[in-house]
Formats: sequence, structure tokens, C-alpha cells
Amino acid sequence: MSGLPLLSFVVWLPILGGLLVLALSERVNPRPVALAVAMITFLVSLLLYTGFDQTTAAMQFQEKLSWIPGFNVFYHLGVDGIAMPLIILTTFTTVLVVLAGWEVIKERPAQYLAAFLIMEGLMNGVFSALDAVLFYVFWEGMLIPMFLIIGVWGGPRRVYATIKFFLYTFLGSVFMLVALIYMYTQSGSFSILDFHTLKLGMTEQILIFLAFLLAFAVKVPMWPVHTWLPDAHVEAPTGGSVILAAIMLKIGGYGFLRFSLPIAPDASHELDWLIIFMSLTAVVYIGFVALVQQDMKKLIAYSSIAHMGFVTLGIFLVFPLMDANAGSTQGALLGMQGGMIQMISHGFISGALFLCVGVLYDRMHSRQIDDYGGVVNTMPVFAAFMVLFAMANSGLPGTSGFVGEFLVVIASFKANVWFAVLASTTLILGAAYSLWLVKRVVFGDIGNARVAQLHDINGREALILGSLAFVVLLFGLWPAPLVDVMQSSLENLVAHVAVSKL
Amino acid sequence: MIPAPGDFVLLLPEIFVLSMACVILVVDLYLSDDERVISYWLAQLTLLFAAVITLSVGDGQSQLAFYGTYIADPMATTLKVAIYLVTALAFLYARHYLSERKLFKGEYYVLGLFAMLGMMVLVSAHSLLTVYLGLELLSLSLYAMVAFNRDAYPCTEAAMKYFVLGALASGMLLYGMSMLYGLTGTLDIELIAQSLGRQTATGPMIFTATFIVVGLAFKLGAVPFHMWVPDVYQGAPTPVTLFIGSASKIAAFAMVMRLLAESIGALQPAWEGMLVALALLSLAIGNVVAIAQTNLKRMLAYSTISHVGFLLLGILSGTQAGYAASMFYIITYALMSAGAFGMIILLSRAGFEADEIDDFKGLNQRNSWYALLMLILMFSMAGVPPTVGFYAKLAVLQAVVGVDMVWLAAAAVLFSVIGAFYYIRLVKVMYFDQAEDTTPLAEHFDLRFGLSANGLAILLLGLFPGSLMNLCLQVMAG
Repeated sequence: MSGLPLLSFVVWLPILGGLLVLALSERVNPRPVALAVAMITFLVSLLLYTGFDQTTAAMQFQEKLSWIPGFNVFYHLGVDGIAMPLIILTTFTTVLVVLAGWEVIKERPAQYLAAFLIMEGLMNGVFSALDAVLFYVFWEGMLIPMFLIIGVWGGPRRVYATIKFFLYTFLGSVFMLVALIYMYTQSGSFSILDFHTLKLGMTEQILIFLAFLLAFAVKVPMWPVHTWLPDAHVEAPTGGSVILAAIMLKIGGYGFLRFSLPIAPDASHELDWLIIFMSLTAVVYIGFVALVQQDMKKLIAYSSIAHMGFVTLGIFLVFPLMDANAGSTQGALLGMQGGMIQMISHGFISGALFLCVGVLYDRMHSRQIDDYGGVVNTMPVFAAFMVLFAMANSGLPGTSGFVGEFLVVIASFKANVWFAVLASTTLILGAAYSLWLVKRVVFGDIGNARVAQLHDINGREALILGSLAFVVLLFGLWPAPLVDVMQSSLENLVAHVAVSKL
Repeated sequence: MIPAPGDFVLLLPEIFVLSMACVILVVDLYLSDDERVISYWLAQLTLLFAAVITLSVGDGQSQLAFYGTYIADPMATTLKVAIYLVTALAFLYARHYLSERKLFKGEYYVLGLFAMLGMMVLVSAHSLLTVYLGLELLSLSLYAMVAFNRDAYPCTEAAMKYFVLGALASGMLLYGMSMLYGLTGTLDIELIAQSLGRQTATGPMIFTATFIVVGLAFKLGAVPFHMWVPDVYQGAPTPVTLFIGSASKIAAFAMVMRLLAESIGALQPAWEGMLVALALLSLAIGNVVAIAQTNLKRMLAYSTISHVGFLLLGILSGTQAGYAASMFYIITYALMSAGAFGMIILLSRAGFEADEIDDFKGLNQRNSWYALLMLILMFSMAGVPPTVGFYAKLAVLQAVVGVDMVWLAAAAVLFSVIGAFYYIRLVKVMYFDQAEDTTPLAEHFDLRFGLSANGLAILLLGLFPGSLMNLCLQVMAG
């Protein structure tokens, strides 16, 4: 088992599969081919879970080949408990996205599917790269397919949205590149693990931290650099929104855990107030913004920003918790665990909500809340799913949304009561916008004649939503597998950041 | 004094290209228009054999010939082969373009070969005189090539501008060289370096360096000496623009290396500051003004200016890593540039130049393969991985950070974000807009094959940049 280059499979299989779909597009129906590629990749990625050793924080399934010897750059892949669940999330979501575009995408379906498959490979590359240049290549390469997905298959203002998306994220990441190169000149290596142990002064750390912050904050996105997200989400096709919300945002959170914290622990500690402030602003302010949205996709987009605020809050609570415990790492893990679980769970829930909107949009071609009302009368099965996901989005116990939020709120309570007070507003705000959305769209009397003619979801749509509902409930009721997988990696990370690099 | 016979062996590539250019000139006289293609094939064969000869003569050693006026070293060998390759592409892309416009004459290839001979001399120059000789041979051939479509008003105007400003630049350079001769008493690049290396920089030396830098900046098209670039790029026939924008850039890089790095390398602290200013201005003006362009050739001209900015960043670091990075940059840039202008040629036909950005509208609907190639080229120019343009920028930035100029690297990446806008705008036009012109693309097999290979090379070099990068590093180290 361990002999197979599993990580290379999950990176290159979808990319080559995507190229195959492109090449065959004129001869065969691209949809079954794409689905087969996505399914095989998903199954291969499950082997990562079954073969994973939960007792160690070391990188597993490592592959290392020389790539650019002149710069000491290696093709170096490996995963730990932080990256592995995210890879499975990616492969799982891609299968759903391929299914979701099955009938809707009529214009150039081969290119559409190929773009998603190639992006899947690149995202898996981001999560598994252990060499900074390789990481950056995957990280930036990801922009190209997403740029095309939004621009070609998006809504009316797609060109504006996609160029904004591209430039925003490109701007964020170039400074990270400079930071990576700087660390290369200091350490003589591009290995991320070498960067973790590299000694850096405080000024250097702060500059590096800020460069990373720009890259990851744009990706997460954190308030106040979040403005590209609602535009991109609204204009993107359903599949694009799902990938954006479920995975691309997670890459920002992953970046904090893989780069910012371990490379610049002292700067992270010094500037934790900034991140916590930004996160709490996202939770409270963006929560209010979400409340007033008239467009369903925008509402979910803002809700994503608020939820990702919880993730960054959870991650950076590690420092106040350590301070509160007089430097001990005991109990400091809680927030980070919550943040990680929140990331995975938000991937499922936001993906599911965007798919729900997609189901409605395919029938009505409107995302405006006002155009709906009483959908439950004509689409009862769909309504059941949508209510479940809205509940999960507001953090109902028993769904995966609850576990992450609960852990983060407890951690913030231990760190500072005021953090907890502010963070807890999400329980009210999240419930308010989610449930109000459901009330206006799903319940009530039939809003208009077009709603009256709606027909319920078909088997394909039921399969997509059903599988998401299954995982949302599974991790809500039994989060242990997820917690166990990441336990030792997170413990190791906390122990690492507790030690000053100065 | 009689040169040693070995000197002629080292000079074989130049001798061969010169003889072949003369042979083609004569043979072409006896060809009818239908047989003109023979001149074309002869020119391509010349390039092929020149590459073979260059590779067999170059033995990885640095050897001088003709009393130290000529050098055959690994850098010269590598750059010459790159020049042959890009020139071959330029000839290939030009073939159908010229014949469709009744411009298919042997002179085009003869002038091209003479220009290339000038580049070869420049690349192998080891004396100020040889530098100047090569430069003038190159420039004079290029002036004539720009005016090749002599009945077209924009062509002649461009040629005139090019000639006047080029002559001015040559004058500056020549003045700098004469000052250098006055200071050191020699024209030999190595002796100049030795002579300067012993002294601390004085006022006259900095004065000299200024003139040399200005002359080079003119030739490279760095801001504020860039005025001719957009006009010439837009006015010249597309294949000529391609040639100027790709092969001659490699030669210009060689000239910068010979003059700045090898001869007045000791004055690096003095010219470093000048290059910083030139590089920053080029990056700023090139990237910002390119946004306002609607003509693709003009946009690519401003894009060239910004790329020159990056090239200068590598050189100004004054380290071997920096020179190697710039060399990598220029070779890959020449390939990208050839590909981009090649795409314009592919879309054009007699009476329709396809040089407006709008002419690329909906290319993905018309032909998704070439839209993909152009997408790769554009993202490569913007420096987005996994294309080779990213590694070129990475190498240069690394060199800059390596000499503790992190702020400069930060400024450069900021401008490249601005630059990304106009490259992705072209992608937007190709992929998101509806096609207005639905004429099928030119069918010529060789043009299509060359472009496909060109575009894929950009991607493949991006996936496996290691060997070319190593080559550049070795060349600079040895």
C-alpha cells in the first residue's frame, strides 16, 4: 500500500483525466468520462484515510524527487492530519460538482468538466505540496481554471467578477512569493519543513507574517479583503460556487496552519489581536450584512465569510489560550480543533447550500429571494434537504456545523469572555439569516405561478444532496474520526508554536 | 600578423552563415516567383547547419580568437543556438504571411540572415569594436526589414523612426566606448575589466558608465528611452516585429552582458543604481500604459518594455545567479514573444492584420486549440505558473532578494500584478466574448505545427524548467 505514490495519483489523475476529457470531447460524451475520473480519484483518496497512521504528526505518504536542482527545488509531496481530510473533501466535492453540472451545462461541457478536474488536481497539489515552489505553482495555477469557469459559464456580470477575482487573489499571493524567496535565501532550501525550523528575527517574522496574511486573508477571505467573494459567487456557475466555498476558501485556512503559524510563531503571537479582531468583525458585521441580502447566493456567500471568521478565530485563539494558561499548551488545542472541524463542515454545508440554490436556479433562473415562496408545496423532498442544510448552517446540534462552532465558542470563553460574547452572536445571527432565508423561500403560501409549476428534485439531485446530508449528520453525531485524524498533527503544531524562534 | 588557423575554426559559424547569406542572395536572382520557396528552405537549412557547427565547435571552454576580439565561450554557444531557434521560428511564421501579401522575396531571408550574423558577432564580441560591428550589422539589417513593405506608409514611418533613434543610441554608445578607451587605453573587454578593477570609481568612469548604460537602454527599449518601441512594433510587418521582439532581444542581452557585466563590472555599484531606476520605470510605464492599448502589437510592445524591466533586475544584482536568471528570462521571453506574434500571424490574412485586441474575440469558439495556446502564452507572460514565465520571474526575484533588495522585488511583483490585467484581458476576449469574425484560421500545416510546438514548449518548460535553468547557471559559472 505505502509503495504506491498515492498523492501523485490524486494530483495527476484528475489533471490527466481532464486533458483526456478535452481530447475526447468531439467523439464521446464527456460526462461519464469525467465522472469516472472523479470517482476513481475519490476512491484513491480514501486509501489515504485507510492507510493513515493517526499516532504520528510526521508527514506521511511522502514522495520526493529532484525537480529544479539549480534552485534546490524538489517535487516533494506529503500529508499530515491537517491536509489529508482536506484532500478527501476536495475529491468528494468534485464528484458532486461533476454530477451537478450533468444537465445544466450545455455550452462546451467538455471544457467545463476538464476545468473542474484540472482544478481538483491542483487543489490536491496545494494540500500535499511540501516544497514552497511546488506549493506556489499549484496555488497560482488554480487561478487559471477558476478564472475560466467563472468567466465562461457565469452569470451576466461574470467578466467583472472573474477579473476582480483573479487580480485580487494574484495581488494577495505575489507578496507571499517574495516572502518564500526571502526564506530560501536565508535557509538555502525551499522545503516547507525547513522553513518551519528556520530561525528568524522579529522584524523578519512580522514582514513574512504580513505577506502571508495578505495571501491567505484574501483567499479565506477575511474582512476587509472579502469583497471579491460575493461577486465571484453570484456570477459563478453552481459548480464554481461549490468549489469556491467548499475548498478554495479552505486553502486560506490551511495556509495559516501550514505557513503562518509554524514559520512565524512569534509574529503570529504578537499580531494575534489583529487576526482575532478581523475574525470577530467578520463574524458580527458580515453576519448582519448577510441578513439583509436579497440574493440567495450572496446571502450564502456572506454567511461563508462569517463562518470562515470562526475558522481563523479558532486557529489564532491558541495564543490567548496559552497566555491564559501561563504559557502552557494544555487546552490550547481546543480552538484550533474547532477551526479545523469548522473548515471541513463548512465545506459540506456551504457546498450543499449552493447546490440547493443551483437546483432552484436551474428551474426558475432567478436567485432573488422575492421570486420564491412556498417551494415546500411543490418540492417537498427538496424542502426537507434545504431546511436541514440551513439548520446545519446555523449550527444546530446534531449537525456538523454545531461541533466546530461549539468548540470555538468554548475556547474563546476560556481565552476572554468578551471574545465569547461576540463570537456567540453568530448563534443568533446565523440562525436568523439561515432560517429567515428558509422561511421566505421554502415556507409560506405559494408565492407566484412559476413556483406552482416547479417539480421536485430528480434522482441525480437527490443523490447529491442526500450524500451531503449524510456526511453533515455523520460528522455532527460522530465527529470522532475527524478529530482523531487531526489530533496528533494539531498537538504537534501547538507545541511547535509555543516555542519562540527568536 | 597572420591569425592562427584555429581562429578560423572558432569563427566557422559566422563564416558559414555569411557565405550562405551571399549564396542565397545570388541563387534568389535566378528563381522565379514559384520557386522562391527554395530561398526559404535554404535559409532554414543554414540555421540548422549553423546550429550543428556551433555545437560542434563549442567545447565548453572559453577561447579567444583574432587577437582577443572574438570569444567562443559557453554563453556565446548557448545564446547562439537560442538565436537560431527563434530565427527559425521567425522565418517559419513569416513564410505564408509574406506570400499572401506578395512580399515573398528572397531579400527577406537574406536580410534576416545578415541581422542574425550581426547578433552572432555581438554575442561573441570580446572587444568594443566587435560589439559595435555586430550591433551595426544587426541594426542596419533590421532598419531595412522594418521598411520591407515599402509601399505601406506605417512601415516606412516606423523604419524612419527606428533608424533615427537607433542611430542616436549608437552614437551614445560609441561615445561611451570612446571614453572607455580614453580611460583604459584598450578596446579589449578583458583588459578593460582588469584596468578598471584596480582603481576606485572616479567621476569620469561614472560618466562613461552613464553613456554606455544610456546606449544600452536605448537598444533594449527601457524607459525613458523606449519611445521607438511601440511605434516600430506596431508599424513593422508582423513577422519583422516578431523577429525584433524575440531574436534581437537575446542579442541585446548578450551586449549588456559583454559591456556591463564583463567590461565595466567593476563599476557595478555605479551602474546598479541606474539600472534600478531604469528597471522600475520600465516596469511601471510598460505595465500601466499597456492597459490603455487597443492594438495588440502595441500592447505587446509595452509588455516588452516591462519585461525588459525584469531583465534589468537580474542584471543589476551583479551576481552570477542574477546573470543566469536574466539569461533564462530572455531565452524564455524570446520564445513567448515569438509565439504571441506567431498567433497574430495565424489569425491574419491578406488585407486583414488581426493586430487589434478585438480581432481575437471568441477565438475559443473558432478554434479552441489555438485559444488554449494563446492562453498559455498570455499566462506565461503574466508569470502565472505552471508556465515557464513564472520560473523566469522567480529566478530574477530570487537574484534580487539575494542581494538584499527585497523592496525592489516587492515593487516588481506589484507591477506584475498590474501587468496581469492586460494579459488576462486578452484571455477574456478570447474565451468570454462572442466571435464576430468566423473565417476559419489559416490552414498551413507548418505554421500550425510550429505554433503548437512553440506554445507547448512554454508549458513543458514550465513543468520541467530544471535543465534549462541548470544550463544557464552552468554557463554563467563557467
